Amino acid sequence: MNIPEDLKYSRTHEWVRIENDEIAVVGITDHAQEQLGDVVYLGFEDEEGLTIEEGTEIVKGRQFGVVESSKTLAELYAPVGGEVVEVNHTLTNNLETINDDPYEDGWMVKIRVSDPGDLDDLMNAAEYKQFLEEEAH
Amino acid sequence: MRYLPHTTQDISIMLHELGFEGIEDLFAGIPHSLMLQRDLHLPGPMSEPELNRHLENLEKANPAASCISFLGAGAYSHAVPAAVDAIVSRSEFSTAYTPYQPEVSQGTLQSIFEFQTVTAGLLGMDVANASMYDGASAAAEAVLMAKRVRRNITRIVLSAGLLPEVGRTIETYVSALDLEIIEAPLSGEGILDLGALSAALDKDTALVVQTPNFLGCIEDMRSLAGLAGEKNAFFISFTAEPYSLAVLEPPGSFGVDVATAEGQAFGNPVSFGGPYLGLFATSKKYVRRMPGRLVGLTRDGAGKQGFVLTLATREQHIRRARATSNICSNEGLCALASLVHLCCLGPEGLARAARISRANAEYLKAGIAEIPGFSIPYKASTFNEFVVETPVPANDLVQESTRHGILPGVPLNRLKNGNENRLLICTSELHTRQDLDNLIRVLKQRGA
Amino acid sequence: MAKVPGTKGLNLDESLIFERSRKGRTGFSLPVEDQDLREISTSHVPAPLERKDGLDFLPSVSEVDVVRHFTRLSSWNYGVDSGMYPLGSCTMKYNPKISEAAARRPGFANLHPLAPESLSQGALQLMYELQQFLAEIGGFAAVTLQPAAGAHGELTGIKMVRAFHLDVHGRPRKKVIIPDTAHGTNPASSALNGYEVVEISSGDDGVLHAEQVREAMDEEVAALMLTNPNTLGLFEEHIAEIAGIVHEKGGLLYCDGANMNALLGKARPGDMGVDVLQFNLHKTFSTPHGGGGPGSGPVGVGKVLEPYLPVPVVTHKGDRYHLDNDRPKSVGKMRSFFGNFGVMVRAYTYLLEMGPAGLTRAAELAVLNANYVKSRLEKYYHLPYKKICMHECVLSDKMQKANGVKTIDIAKRLIDLGFHPPTIYFPLVVDGAMMIEPTETESLESLESFVSAMKQIAKEAKTDPGIVKSAPHNTRLSRLDETLAARNPVLTWSKHD
Repeated sequence: MNIPEDLKYSRTHEWVRIENDEIAVVGITDHAQEQLGDVVYLGFEDEEGLTIEEGTEIVKGRQFGVVESSKTLAELYAPVGGEVVEVNHTLTNNLETINDDPYEDGWMVKIRVSDPGDLDDLMNAAEYKQFLEEEAH
Repeated sequence: MRYLPHTTQDISIMLHELGFEGIEDLFAGIPHSLMLQRDLHLPGPMSEPELNRHLENLEKANPAASCISFLGAGAYSHAVPAAVDAIVSRSEFSTAYTPYQPEVSQGTLQSIFEFQTVTAGLLGMDVANASMYDGASAAAEAVLMAKRVRRNITRIVLSAGLLPEVGRTIETYVSALDLEIIEAPLSGEGILDLGALSAALDKDTALVVQTPNFLGCIEDMRSLAGLAGEKNAFFISFTAEPYSLAVLEPPGSFGVDVATAEGQAFGNPVSFGGPYLGLFATSKKYVRRMPGRLVGLTRDGAGKQGFVLTLATREQHIRRARATSNICSNEGLCALASLVHLCCLGPEGLARAARISRANAEYLKAGIAEIPGFSIPYKASTFNEFVVETPVPANDLVQESTRHGILPGVPLNRLKNGNENRLLICTSELHTRQDLDNLIRVLKQRGA
Repeated sequence: MAKVPGTKGLNLDESLIFERSRKGRTGFSLPVEDQDLREISTSHVPAPLERKDGLDFLPSVSEVDVVRHFTRLSSWNYGVDSGMYPLGSCTMKYNPKISEAAARRPGFANLHPLAPESLSQGALQLMYELQQFLAEIGGFAAVTLQPAAGAHGELTGIKMVRAFHLDVHGRPRKKVIIPDTAHGTNPASSALNGYEVVEISSGDDGVLHAEQVREAMDEEVAALMLTNPNTLGLFEEHIAEIAGIVHEKGGLLYCDGANMNALLGKARPGDMGVDVLQFNLHKTFSTPHGGGGPGSGPVGVGKVLEPYLPVPVVTHKGDRYHLDNDRPKSVGKMRSFFGNFGVMVRAYTYLLEMGPAGLTRAAELAVLNANYVKSRLEKYYHLPYKKICMHECVLSDKMQKANGVKTIDIAKRLIDLGFHPPTIYFPLVVDGAMMIEPTETESLESLESFVSAMKQIAKEAKTDPGIVKSAPHNTRLSRLDETLAARNPVLTWSKHD
């Protein structure tokens, strides 16, 4: 199980990397992609089915996308709140990247963090590792 | 009992394995107070000869089944090649279930893929599903889908030309949603009144239109499409008599968002109202929002072409409360019958059957219009079904005609309250010139 | 050890029907058009609405092509007539041939639904009697035959629940309680009716307990939906007490009748406090599943829900049967006409042939068969709930997982050995579930053969797991790539593909 030391993690299995102090790069963890299996669909949409795109203001904890394998699906939740500044549209046609390279090319959205306090609620690598172990029981 | 293979000895071997004395021990999990303490009050058992005699007697009490019939209104009789029943009777098809295990279900899966192809072609759309329960429920599912695709929809505009049963089904399906339902009226010509419709449409509406409508009249789809487009309404079409699709431009060429139809007329008997099948097709962009089963092309481990159920994440067994629909099956065997029927007919046969059906209707229309007291109230073009104004209540005409072994049509007020002097007459390629002349003769006896 | 039927057979390849198409070939026999009539007809076509594509999406093929094509396709299917089909919760029992012949009788098949009632009395009588039979079997006051499938019946039942609350309490209420063992259609049907779904867990013994229900139950709950026997094959023994708790708060008890086969003549949901239940004629009453339909999902209701039945209901007055549309409190219509009549004819025929004692015997033998299979396999497969089961039993892959063999592999290997696999990965509460429902129409020899196959697989999982993990080996196609199908959906054929 790959859990990079330099990232922050949510309880819903998204990871966050902070760039330039204010931009949160978000994707799903290695564990999450493994649980899902081969990804067949990625949609950037909220609970209502409305498109999430550059410029959308997203609230922490709300859905920003949905990812599906042929057998199951998972909602993606924003680990931090703020304005969506970039969406990784290339993934839509290269879904295997989510399975193959979840932490680099598999990033999904970039959010301009509106409240840095949001980051305090996230776990570090050690905490996430422990969280996964607890979840397994 | 011929379906229960257990011998007394088998049962004792099995009970011995389980360590029980009698079968009743196996029901120990049911509290005694909940057990039925008596036999069921049901008739039978009957032997095969007794049962056949009983069924024959029931059949005899359905003399309508052997009349020359001019009934349509949502259920249509056409010439069905004997090959259709030969294929659907194959128990490899009929006794299988939903193709969850693709390696032992390729017959079902490939035929559904072919069915989807033919259905999408007929309706002029990108994609079609594996079929719905019937046409009415397909139309209702289309309205539910409209609401999923466009959350802003607050009003459903139903054409007054929709078969009343279809309208009623839609109303029932959406009853728990906060939607206003209004009816768009027909003009004196028998087709939608464009002025009234225009006033009812906007971007927050979904429009459901049937063509030919339940009076048999062909709607001006071009103008309707223009109107729906201009008002940005979600546009749903419904076809009750799918043979009309052989001569009329398909709904897809008018830019509908969802095209639905009753598919029964293709290879399925009228069978007192069911089983039928709903056709459901839409454009590619909505494929993840559509209800029902879908079969897709894929490859096996060795690269050979094969088929599987796909996009299952839309469905109830995965999405549960948030599924696109609660439907978890299709009308598999009815869809197979339709497919086999359409393959036998091919482009030429389907077109010819449709042309004959239409020609027969025109012949009847002209003949009946000449009978004093009878008239054709709606001027719009029709396909194989049309309304006649009768000099006496249509129901009386029906009663009298049946004495001659003819079912002349459906009294309109059986479908919808209103004028009792109107009869809806339907023809097909099954009718001979003599059948048509006989109907005209019988009606003439009641001419003023 | 009993012999298993699986072997390599003759497998014919076959392309898509469209690829057989040759211009000029026909498969129809229709009257020649009358030229005078043709002119009458074409003179009335509104030109802009005329179809111009020549219907070129349909193949041009001979009848020989059509029959050979579909016969070959049929040989790639496994049906109940091929062998044992222990698909849990689907009740894949043998489908009598007399029922097929009955539904095809011209007096039924050619009867138009809008024919005058006076000339359709035979069909109406059949429907009326079937309503009565089902009411007696389930212990209900009334039955509607309209729904086309089990899930359609659920939707209808919950609509009636909603109409009841609107009528009696002035509001529909907000929630439906559903146990975690339920079929996915239960929450979907509730959500389609605007209800919020409250999921509750079953106890460690696999059944629902009164305490859980009492905790979740309040005056916003419209109904509790449960399946009895449940999807673990266990009888919900606290159902009467649960019904009391639900009723006390003004709620209704919905029972999913998917598993009625276990109860025929033994116990009746209506007597247990159930207010509404859908029957599945294609399961319990032996009508063929048709590769996914047509089914039929009649709904039985207690007195309180009778006014809300969809229209029409078949009634009987004097010596006449009648379609009653005059029901002001009705939920409306769930589809066209009266339901899947052809399926009703088959179920009616089955019921009459079986008779009351035959039906009860069917339930008993279904339960005996399931317990026998469970008992013969529990040494080889993990059995999560060790108690007497009803018509089906649930095993899991826990013992095989150690060797990397999962439920899906066991299922695929069963195909090689000549069986349709059980329902897999359901119910969700059992990890790697295999839900086995043999039904009463399997003989002891056939059960033994299935047991042999399962034992062989358990052994292979230890000695040669590779052969299980790469199964099936005897089918025309090996495992299919579902990821490829879903990533780039190809749902129709076109010449260029």
